[in-house]
Amino acid sequence: MSPFPGVPTEQPPDSDPGAPQPPASAWVAGTETAVDRLRPKPAATGDNFLTKALQNRYLGWAALGIAIIAPFVDGSSFAIGVMTNALIFVMLAVGLNIVVGYCGLLDLGFAAFYAIGAYVSGSVAKLLEWPILATIPLVLAAAIVAGVVIGGPTLRLRSDYLAIVTLGFGEIIRITANNITVTSPTQMPIISGPSGIYGIPSLSFGGLDLGPVSNPLGSYFATLLIVAIGVLIASRLGRGKLGRAWRFIREDEDAAEAMGIHTYTVKLAAYIAGAMFGGVAGILWAAKQTAVSPTDFQFLYSALILMAVVLGGMGSIPGVILGAIVISALPDLLTGAGAWRYVIFGVLLIVVMIFRPQGLWPHRAVERVRRRLRSRSGPYDAEPPGSARPPVVAP
Amino acid sequence: MTQLIWNGIFIGAFYALVALGYSMVYGIIKLLNFAHGDIYMLGAFGGFAMLTAFGGSVAGGSIVALLIVLVLSMLGTGMFGVVLERVAYRPVRTAPRLNALITAVGASFTIEYGTSLVAGPNPEVYPVQLSGSALHVLDAHINIQQIVLVGIAVALMIAMNLWVLRTRSGRAMRAISQDPKACLYMGVNVDGVISWAFFIGSALAGAAGVMAGAYFGTVNFLMGFIIGLKAFTAAVIGGIGNIPGAVLGGILLGLLESFGTAWLGGQWRDVFTFVVLILLLTVRPTGLLGERVTERV
Repeated sequence: MSPFPGVPTEQPPDSDPGAPQPPASAWVAGTETAVDRLRPKPAATGDNFLTKALQNRYLGWAALGIAIIAPFVDGSSFAIGVMTNALIFVMLAVGLNIVVGYCGLLDLGFAAFYAIGAYVSGSVAKLLEWPILATIPLVLAAAIVAGVVIGGPTLRLRSDYLAIVTLGFGEIIRITANNITVTSPTQMPIISGPSGIYGIPSLSFGGLDLGPVSNPLGSYFATLLIVAIGVLIASRLGRGKLGRAWRFIREDEDAAEAMGIHTYTVKLAAYIAGAMFGGVAGILWAAKQTAVSPTDFQFLYSALILMAVVLGGMGSIPGVILGAIVISALPDLLTGAGAWRYVIFGVLLIVVMIFRPQGLWPHRAVERVRRRLRSRSGPYDAEPPGSARPPVVAP
Repeated sequence: MTQLIWNGIFIGAFYALVALGYSMVYGIIKLLNFAHGDIYMLGAFGGFAMLTAFGGSVAGGSIVALLIVLVLSMLGTGMFGVVLERVAYRPVRTAPRLNALITAVGASFTIEYGTSLVAGPNPEVYPVQLSGSALHVLDAHINIQQIVLVGIAVALMIAMNLWVLRTRSGRAMRAISQDPKACLYMGVNVDGVISWAFFIGSALAGAAGVMAGAYFGTVNFLMGFIIGLKAFTAAVIGGIGNIPGAVLGGILLGLLESFGTAWLGGQWRDVFTFVVLILLLTVRPTGLLGERVTERV
């Protein structure tokens, strides 16, 4: 309840209840307060139809609907293959977005986690003849370990150092993959150096075969399901308490630290979360290709994932998904462009950074205020927004 | 043993030349110039193009012709560095660090694949091969050519150090690295000095590229990537932003690699290098000669 009867809830939040107040009417008469400015404008003040459509809360469902319908529009195995690749790339980009977009840590070796996922799941599934989805817990554990090993010592460093260390880490993983050869006790080659792993089982669930060749639709939908869950998790993460801490660190690390955010732990959390997404994407890739080799994880690939995140809009889930689809589908659609493709990518990175650093579909600067009726009534939520607790008076 | 040390110093001289430009640019504008290794590659290709164009006249592999090509390539890559800074880096200089870094990654990409478009994706063989009689010093094989190349590298490093310490623009450069805004107020031509730094850093990288091409014999459009990484490692070992540190770091890295290769085998060399980088950053992030730098808010 408001301590000032008659004073509407639009009272400025910093007002001191003990201080003499101006007449209540002064606040009513059209003064815009800080709280008001945070609210989205009710009427179409400057928001055109497109902006409103792009900010619609059901947009994600619409995108999922399109993804479900798409294979029925063009059901050729080529189209389904392209779309499955795009989905895997979305998974990667969403994972990298946690690190680069949410938290502002430049990771140039993201393909390393992808490689770890593909290699762990591929070799375990082949060696122990497990269904590939059963390797998910193992891959997640491996991704966490890798994230801690590389993030642990380096996240305390300056941001540029982190970029180059992750680049070095990507190379370490790739060269290591190139150099190791593992054979099973029955003399079956599991990992064979530069040739990588082949004969990886495809996706299957129970008795259901979801192989990309035998059952392309099933493979597509299984991938879609996993990626959709991943996108949902990433999006929820970004909006939660941890997500806010990440964004705060991205904007101003020192201020975040001063506000009581344990920046190191929170950054490590971002790094590990990104690693887990990369690992799962690696499983999907291994299952789809049934063969992986170290050349799949070159720096080029890390740069392309980064490109998707930057082009779409760092920190914006719909933007990143759009960017990933564009980046992954373009090479398949423009095979004629050949060598020009990567030049165009490079120039695009520069041009986007100079002229549109926020990306094609940026994250909204203003957060939507949760509707009061829907929110759980916590002890502070129950009070109207203006009634601040009495300020602590310094002794 | 002596052989390993000499190999390390020889490779280290290349790393040091490239690391100097890295370190200098970082010291002034706090930008990691990812494209720096690619400028090294451009230098190698520039030398390759010129030597191919001159054709038979330098077929004898005379060191004088190579020197002329070296100087021309240095001018070319230096100019390229200035243009790169003007087109790609200057617009994002005041932007957040992440944006500048991504711009640099984009520049690196553009240069690499642009070169592969122009010169073709396959490795090219250098028309001039340096091969000569070997000296035997304390059980080590040392080519005359190696000595010449190390000599050129050392001369370039000394020249650069003199430039930084003794000239007006060198002094301006050191001042900018301390406080660019105050320099602007004092009437220093900040943009001009930054262009100079890019010119010199890129010219040194280009020189290293020509020498590497002439010594190792082949060039390809991705050759700059790995040396860029290693030059950065060298710069960090010595303390980034510190010019003697970059040279020290380059030589140390060369020695480390030389011994690492001998102990672990050539295929693990790069892994060894990067593990050293990560460990070093953990233990002493400021490098051997670097002073503590607080990240500016």
